[in-house]
This record gives sequence, structure tokens and C-alpha cells, in this order.
Amino acid sequence: MSAVPAAPLPASAEQVPAADGVRRPDLGLLLVPPRARTGWRLVPARVLAMCAVELQKLRHDRTELYTRAVQPALWLLIFGETFTKLRSIPTGNIPYLDYLAPGIIAQSAMFIAIFYGIMIIWERDSGVLTKLLVTPTPRAALVTGKAFAAGVKAVIQAVVVILIAALLGVAMTWNPLRLLGVAVVVLLGSAFFSCLSMTIAGIVLTRDRLMGIGQAITMPLFFGSNALYPVGLMPGWLQAISKANPLSYQVDALRGLLIGTPAHLPLDFGVLALATVLGITAASALLGRLAK
Amino acid sequence: MTDDDAASRDATNRAAADRDATGAGTDTGTGTSTGTSAGTGAAAGAAEAVVCRGLEYSFGKPRAGAARTKAVDGVDLEVRTGEVFGLLGPNGAGKTTTIRAITTLLPVPAGMVRVFGNDTARRKMDVRRLLGYVPQQLSADAGLTGRENVELFARVFDVPRAERAARVAQAIAAVDLVEAADRLVGTYSGGMVRRLELAQALVSAPRLLVLDEPTIGLDPIARTSVWECIDAVRAATGMTVLVTTHYMDEADQYCHRVGLMDRGRIRALGTPAELKAQVREQDPELPHPTLDDVFRHFAGRNLGHGQEGDFSDVRRTRRTASRVG
Ligand SMILES: Nc1ncnc2c1ncn2[C@@H]1O[C@H](COP(=O)(O)OP(=O)(O)OP(=O)(O)O)[C@@H](O)[C@H]1O
Ligand SMILES: [Mg+2]
Repeated sequence: MSAVPAAPLPASAEQVPAADGVRRPDLGLLLVPPRARTGWRLVPARVLAMCAVELQKLRHDRTELYTRAVQPALWLLIFGETFTKLRSIPTGNIPYLDYLAPGIIAQSAMFIAIFYGIMIIWERDSGVLTKLLVTPTPRAALVTGKAFAAGVKAVIQAVVVILIAALLGVAMTWNPLRLLGVAVVVLLGSAFFSCLSMTIAGIVLTRDRLMGIGQAITMPLFFGSNALYPVGLMPGWLQAISKANPLSYQVDALRGLLIGTPAHLPLDFGVLALATVLGITAASALLGRLAK
Repeated sequence: MTDDDAASRDATNRAAADRDATGAGTDTGTGTSTGTSAGTGAAAGAAEAVVCRGLEYSFGKPRAGAARTKAVDGVDLEVRTGEVFGLLGPNGAGKTTTIRAITTLLPVPAGMVRVFGNDTARRKMDVRRLLGYVPQQLSADAGLTGRENVELFARVFDVPRAERAARVAQAIAAVDLVEAADRLVGTYSGGMVRRLELAQALVSAPRLLVLDEPTIGLDPIARTSVWECIDAVRAATGMTVLVTTHYMDEADQYCHRVGLMDRGRIRALGTPAELKAQVREQDPELPHPTLDDVFRHFAGRNLGHGQEGDFSDVRRTRRTASRVG
């Protein structure tokens, strides 16, 4: 991703005097349309564009990064420390705080991603989305771009949570390959949850309704997963929900990679990748409804 | 409210358009004002930038008995290559709906729309590459700088990396925002956001610039500066401009030809001078008609009373303006 330079203008943008002596900007480049990218290179290019925008926004305003770190910090500090002392949740020979940390990383990533549906409705209302829909960007590419932008943001947030957890003494791996795996898992999980949220946005179409639904689904997704406690402790019906919940696979992979608990990595990656593809398909099919 | 049938049709069209775009790798023209374009068979020799035939669009579900708003009711329209064409009409006339059909945002349930010979239902991607679009609301991203806003559009129109900074700088210079370019758009005034949006539209060198009420909500000075930008760029690039407005004086001054629209139909079409001459002939009481008089003559009612108008667009514009500026 190229940083956006606050660089001096290139020579071509200097004002050049026209025949009548009036200084007019040189529009030379604006006469020639850019060559169209075609084929497989189109989607990655659009994804990069959306991710670049996300990083630029984050660069201008980092408050969200900090405010969003408060909640996971509290979970780890209060819930994690308390239950570590109580020893009421059997997590084998690893402290409960260590067990909890990957769950909280997944949670904070999911909260960021769920916000993307609200954002896309906001962009629709403000005309930003409308304008993007009139560019040579297939809807699937637009949705994929948004999904990965959510992923990039979630990965940055995950770094913050990992640092907090490390400060609290959670014993995590610093193996770069495993950390790369962590980034991929967070990226895929967030891509899925942002698509879920954009899909719902395409169904309910208004911000108010989506806010309500967003609230209503995030907590069940979180509690109906293995983020807080081992699946074995759950009643049968909750176990079934947890099995169908992509968040569980995300947490399982994160735990395996970060803490070294036994995990089903191929299954986890497979489920997350499949869920992302399905999410992108559903969200792009419904995006047109937002354009009207 | 969405039209389910139309939505599924839209999906089919989209699939076809995407297939076209990826499969053929079509040349989308040279960006000159001559209107000749090799490569796409359909586009070859299209002298008209936009052609609408019998365009209709209704909002609401097509259920029996349910009330449907016929926003556009059989519009026939040609925009010639290189001209500034003004679509005029009061609130709720159907201008935005027509524009959205032309820009591929709405499906075309009845009738036909072609942009430089490309059918908007079947060749969406080709049409979009030829378009620069500025919607009615102020729509720049307030969390980015002006330059970053333009850069995004350079990226999504595939401007190569090597050329991107220079092209973005030229677009920004063209709308006279060089000083403000690296400030967050949240600090811009309404007129500056409008000019920034022009830069966003111009960065891809469109052959057709579509502007929906570019001067709504702006003070007279900002209005003039927006029009001067449009004029200067058009003079330099020879692009075609399709603009909607309900300011008759602007249309009179800046448009080569105008279409007067009311209640979903085009009521009169021609150069401002032609239309005035017609009114002069038919109505001896008006020796020096203005475009307002022309509108009254052809639509049979006054402009600007907007009894049928829907204020949601205006409200939305205001809301965005206050958020952005
Ligand atoms: N999303 C929508 N759902 C239902 N009806 C709509 C929708 N958008 C527009 N309409 C209706 O269609 C008609 C034409 O609206 P349109 O926005 O095209 O008018 P306009 O000429 O652009 O007006 P304005 O000057 O206010 O922008 C109006 O009666 C409006 O109420
Ligand atoms: Mg309108």
C-alpha cells in the first residue's frame, strides 16, 4: 500500500500560461482515459484500493483504534483475571486468561466487522456508495474490497489486543509464521462477519433497523461460541449452535496458533474461507438493493 | 422500496455486463470529442453521447392495486457528443431517476438507454468506464483528504500507479483546490466539496460527465465557480456534459440544448433560443420570454412550486452538507 504523499505537486500540475496569457492548469493527462484492467487483475486492484482508503482513514483518526481497545482490555482484565483465580472453568493446564485471550481477539475483530453493514448504509445515504457503483467495479469486487478493508482494520486491532494480552502476562507464541496465520484467520473471520452485516444491510436497507439487528446478533454469536468456555461445557443445543458458528472456528484456530492448544487448523481455515466466499456472494447479490 | 422483478433482471444484466467486460477486454474509446470509437462494434460511429427511447421507471412493488409512482414516463432524449445538455424541471420531475437509469444505477424495465452506442442494460461496465458522475447529494468522504478522495477514483478507474499522483494533481488543479487538497474534506465548504467531486469525476477522463444538480444548495459565487470549472474542463477536453438543474438562468447561460421535464415526461426540447422563439411565435403576449416563461408555456404551470415534489432529496442534500461541511 502506498502511503499518501503530502508531496509537492509534480511539474505537470504546474500552471502553464495559455495563448491568451491567462494561467490555466495543464489538463494533459485528463484527456486520455486510463487503460482498463481486465480479467483476474480487476478484483485484487479494487481490494487494494478499498484497503488503502481504510488505512488512510485510520491514519487521520486513530481514536477508534484506542476506544475499541478499551472493551477487550476490560474483558481480559476483569473477566479473565477473575476466572483465572476462581478456576471454575476447566481449561486444562493453561490459565484461563491465556485461554480467553484468543476469544477476545476474535470478539473485537467481529465487533469491527459487524459495523461494516452500518457503514455501507451510511455510504449509501451519503452518496459515496452510489458513486462507487458507477465506476467499473463489479459488485462482488466492491464487497470483497470492503470485506478485506474490514479485515485489515481488524488485524490492526488484533495487534493492539495481543499487546494488551502480552502485558497481562499471557504466554503467546512469537513465531512469525504462526503470527502470519493469526493475521490470516482474523482477516478471513472479519471478512465473513462484515459480509454477514452487509448482507443484512441489503435486506433491511435502513441504518436504524440494522443497528437493532446488529446488537441482537453479536452477543448470541459471541456467547454461542467457544470464545469464553470449552464447547464441552455447553448444553447440547448450544453445542450445535457453536458448531455452525464461524466464530468458533476462528477462535479454535487462534487458540491453536497463539497458545498452542490442540486445534483443527485445516478444518478451521476451510470453514472460514468457505464462509467468506458465501458471505461475499450473498452480500454482492443484495448490494443492488441498496443502490435504488 | 424495491422492485423484485427488476432486481432479478438487474442481476442477470449485471452478470452479462460483467462477462462482457472481462471477456472481451473491449476498447472503450479514445477520449476525444469526435465520438468515434474503435473496438466495440456497437459504439462505432455513435454521434450521440446518450440516447433514451421510451424510458420508463416506476418505484414501488408491481403488486396489483398497490400505488406505484411512475417517476419516468416515456422519456425520449438525445444528447449530442460534445454539447452541454441541461435536463430541467421542478422537484419530483424525474430528473434524478432518468440520470440514474443512464448511469446504470437503475435497471431499465421499459425502453432503451444507450451511452455512446453501449446499451446500459447489457454493457454496464463499458458504460461506466465512459462516465464521470456527480450525484445530487454532496458525497465526498469526510474522513479523507481531498487528494485521497480523488486518488480513490483514480484507483478504481485503473489509473496506473506511475501516473496516479500526476493525474490526481491535474484533476485537483483543474477545479482549483490545490491549496486545500491535503486537508480533510470534513473542513471543506459545500462549494469546495462540489468542486472536489468534479475532480473525482474528471480524473478518469470520462467522455460523458453526468452532473445531478451540481449547484444545488450553493451560494451564487460558488455556483458560478462550479460552472466555470465545468466550462473550462469541457473546453479543454471536449467532453459531453449532461446536467440537471432547476435554475433556469443557469441553463440559459451554460447549456447548448435543454430538455424541459415535468411529471416524468420531456415537455420540450431544443436550444434555449429555439424554445424562446417558439414561445414568442405561439404567445404574442410574451415578446421577450425567459426560460421560466418557456417552461410555463410547455408544462402549463409554474416552475418551482413543486406541489408534486418530493423533498427527501433536498433534505438529504442538506443533511449531507451539514455533515460534510
Ligand atoms: N427511492 C424512491 N422510492 C420511491 N419513490 C421515489 C424514489 N426516488 C424518487 N421517487 C419518486 O419519483 C419521482 C421522481 O423523483 P426524482 O428524484 O427523479 O425527481 P427529480 O426531478 O430529481 O427531483 P429533485 O429536483 O427534487 O431532485 C418523485 O415523485 C419521487 O417521489
Ligand atoms: Mg433530483
